[in-house]
Amino acid sequence: MSLRTRELLNLVVLGIVTTIGFVSVYLASQDVPEFSTTSLSYAAFFLALFFVAHLVVRIRLPLADPHLLPIAGILTAIGLTMIYRIEPDTAFKQGVWVVIGVGLFAGACLLLRDYRSLDALKYTCGIGAIVLLVLPAVPGLGLEVNGARLWVSVGPLQFQPGEFAKVLLVIFLAGYLRDNRELLSMGYGRIGVPSPKHFGPLLLIWGGAMLVLVQTNDLGGGLLLFSIFLAMLYVATGRWPYVAVGLTLFAAGSWALYEAVPRVGDRIAIWLDPWAEPDGAGYQLVQSIYSIAAGGIFGTGFGRGVLVRQDGGTYIPYLETDFIYSAIAQELGLAGAAAVILLYLVFCYRGFRIAMSADDGFSKLLAAGLTSTLAIQTFIIIGGVSGLIPLTGITLPFVSYGGSSIVANFLLLALLLMVSHRVNEGVEGRR
Amino acid sequence: MNTQIRNLFLVFALLFVALVGMSSYWLWRAPDLEARQGNPNLVVRQLLIERGLIYAADGETVFARNREQEVDGQTWFRRRYPERGLAAHVHGYSTIQRSRTGLEESLNDYLTGSNADLATLLDRASDTLRGITRQGNDVVTTIDANAQRVALDALGGRCGSVVALEPASGRVLVMASSPTFDPNLVENRFRQATRSNAPCDPAAPLFNRATAGFPSPAFIPGSTFKVLTAAAALDSGEFSATSEFDDPGYCVEYGQRVFNYADQAGPTVYGRVDLGDAVENSINSVFCNIGKELGPRVILDYAKEFGFYEDPPLETPGDERAPSGLWSNGRLFDPEDPNQIDPGRLAFGQERLLVTPLQMAMVVATIANGGVLMRPHVVDRIVAPDGDVVTRTRPDDLRRVVSAETAATLTPMMVRVVSSGTGTAAQISGVEVAGKTGTAETGRQGQNDTGFIAFAPAGSPRVAIAVYLQNQSGTGGATAAPIAKDVMEAILRSNP
Repeated sequence: MSLRTRELLNLVVLGIVTTIGFVSVYLASQDVPEFSTTSLSYAAFFLALFFVAHLVVRIRLPLADPHLLPIAGILTAIGLTMIYRIEPDTAFKQGVWVVIGVGLFAGACLLLRDYRSLDALKYTCGIGAIVLLVLPAVPGLGLEVNGARLWVSVGPLQFQPGEFAKVLLVIFLAGYLRDNRELLSMGYGRIGVPSPKHFGPLLLIWGGAMLVLVQTNDLGGGLLLFSIFLAMLYVATGRWPYVAVGLTLFAAGSWALYEAVPRVGDRIAIWLDPWAEPDGAGYQLVQSIYSIAAGGIFGTGFGRGVLVRQDGGTYIPYLETDFIYSAIAQELGLAGAAAVILLYLVFCYRGFRIAMSADDGFSKLLAAGLTSTLAIQTFIIIGGVSGLIPLTGITLPFVSYGGSSIVANFLLLALLLMVSHRVNEGVEGRR
Repeated sequence: MNTQIRNLFLVFALLFVALVGMSSYWLWRAPDLEARQGNPNLVVRQLLIERGLIYAADGETVFARNREQEVDGQTWFRRRYPERGLAAHVHGYSTIQRSRTGLEESLNDYLTGSNADLATLLDRASDTLRGITRQGNDVVTTIDANAQRVALDALGGRCGSVVALEPASGRVLVMASSPTFDPNLVENRFRQATRSNAPCDPAAPLFNRATAGFPSPAFIPGSTFKVLTAAAALDSGEFSATSEFDDPGYCVEYGQRVFNYADQAGPTVYGRVDLGDAVENSINSVFCNIGKELGPRVILDYAKEFGFYEDPPLETPGDERAPSGLWSNGRLFDPEDPNQIDPGRLAFGQERLLVTPLQMAMVVATIANGGVLMRPHVVDRIVAPDGDVVTRTRPDDLRRVVSAETAATLTPMMVRVVSSGTGTAAQISGVEVAGKTGTAETGRQGQNDTGFIAFAPAGSPRVAIAVYLQNQSGTGGATAAPIAKDVMEAILRSNP
């Protein structure tokens, strides 16, 4: 069976799951359950979209991994269904973003002949990432939402540049670390301190990024970028002292932030004791925990959970963006939530396999970095809303409502599939 | 680099396991979290249950129903009590934030349809699968809505209570407690619900004076207890209807004189009387001497046969029922040593006796029923949503307390109380009423506990009643007897 046929079969599974999901939400919203084609047409359109994506991959990247696109599709479907259940109008907007995301995915697959050309643009990408990160702080462009300046408003269009910056940063780090990994791996003494000449620019870029993130108050994004950096550094050098030093640095930085930025202090205090102010600062997290606990093993079922208040608002603020996992855990239960986490783990596994079979450093680092990005982002937000780590606002990849997030993650997926195709091409060529 | 990538994957895998572990931890903590203030899940789950309705005996008057509201594609049911305070203490209230009381609490499993009957269980499982709202069973009480209203109106905001039983079956026809409260206010306006300007302290409108105590029952029985003493005197064989007494106007106890009640109609010194005269005129000295003769143990043993020293049986929650008996320092007092009890004052209902109106209604209903005590019950039947009767209460005789002869001997004496004694205000034209008044002095001016217990018609009793009031300036005959008359009339009229 060819890889693409396998992908198509995976998409058939996606189709069945999506259809059942939409229909069950539709039925749950009806007083007297009756069948309608509205929900089916939603599902049909969604499937058609992914079929198009499949065709593009079949033409341009026939040897790419057959699991990644269906996993992204099923996560998107779960997100869309959940958002539709919470607020149908929002789901419609999300649907538009998915169309744009898949469109850009197809565009990238068709237009970017060889992703390795990005290697030459690594500094452009690095600078681009910083520019994107600075944008929200620019007066007139930036938009403050929920205390964080991470939005940019251009005319009617608003987007979160941070979501794209992370992809650019991975490209930059892949190129830069590939060039300097020998030097970075080679140390002096037992622990090994690399020369500032090579480590300097890296620290500089990272420091700049961190500063910008503190400036924009986007802690989740800062944590994500720092963790990506650490993960890629470790992959490139294999030196765990880097990770140790990095984590120490991070702990020190957190402590400094804890002292200096009241917002961070609050977040950590809430994390340590959510019930100190269950109606005040701790409200979000406490409600999120209630929601997760209420789901039980198998959940209440789509549309039967306690999510929407009498006045039409949600019990948990930002339910369809940051807290979508809490909604999933309640309505699909621990089983559903664990299944979603398992999907991310499989994605992660496939991504790292691509990285491991790649034969050049840039591809290895790029695939590992992109995969790590997704894994770390998933861990930060699910860990945050379930109280495992302090809560920071960030989206759950493919699932959360959010145009920038959806588009950026589909671009990430496109890059990963390109690497995968090239890797498998190389394997076939050698055979 | 592959080793690093493999290691990194293991780290991520561990982190993801930790994520699942964290969510599992909250699941494990769910029972504790569910009960927390501010957790909407339990609240909403309760709102999704369509509780059964609670009806009066007529099956038409609705004491408790539901108001529906559409929220997030689901139907929420909120409890409403259309009759407000009418029988509030019987059915109680069911709220989301503040617990439940009355039948709403004790019959919660039936009302929510979670009674562990296999058929109901299967129905519910299929309902859950089909996503159908859970529907509870309806409860039909034995309360006569009309007589209940008469009782509450007659109490007129005074602090008191009326309990009426059907002597042959133990059906509770009336159970009124005043001041009453509006159960609709409990959920959101609790302070307003508990506010009352009734003339007693504490007014405690949520407290069911008919059965409860805090912790001791609210009423001193006074001379209404003489019915019990007389029954003990006759049934023990120590006295008979023709036993004669000499009343000097007082009785001597512990070397001191205990006088007859000074404010009653007629002379305060009766001279030579029989037991019937003593009941008719409520002569304290006679009962004082009977008490001394019988001894406190005999009287208390009979009292226990009538149900004293135990929570009176009823379907309401146990913590809303308190035992009648001697109470000392907030505790039930039942000493082995009879010397710790004043036998004379016990015999005419003083000492430290405190009673619930339900208990005294049980006493008088037992006499009305020829000496057999029936288990009081306020639930007639429980009906499933499909109309099937889940349970129906059958009359249950608890025990024979006194002989039929004792009851037959005592009844004419009690008839004399109403026809020509202290309880004439309870006379009903064309109906022979048997009763006994009670006026217990609390030692404070204008703050008598008054009472009246009765049954009618005396020949074939259809209703037995106990009326008690707090803080009255008049006598039991003047304050409680008219209420008993009104309520008995209403019951006899509606159950011809």
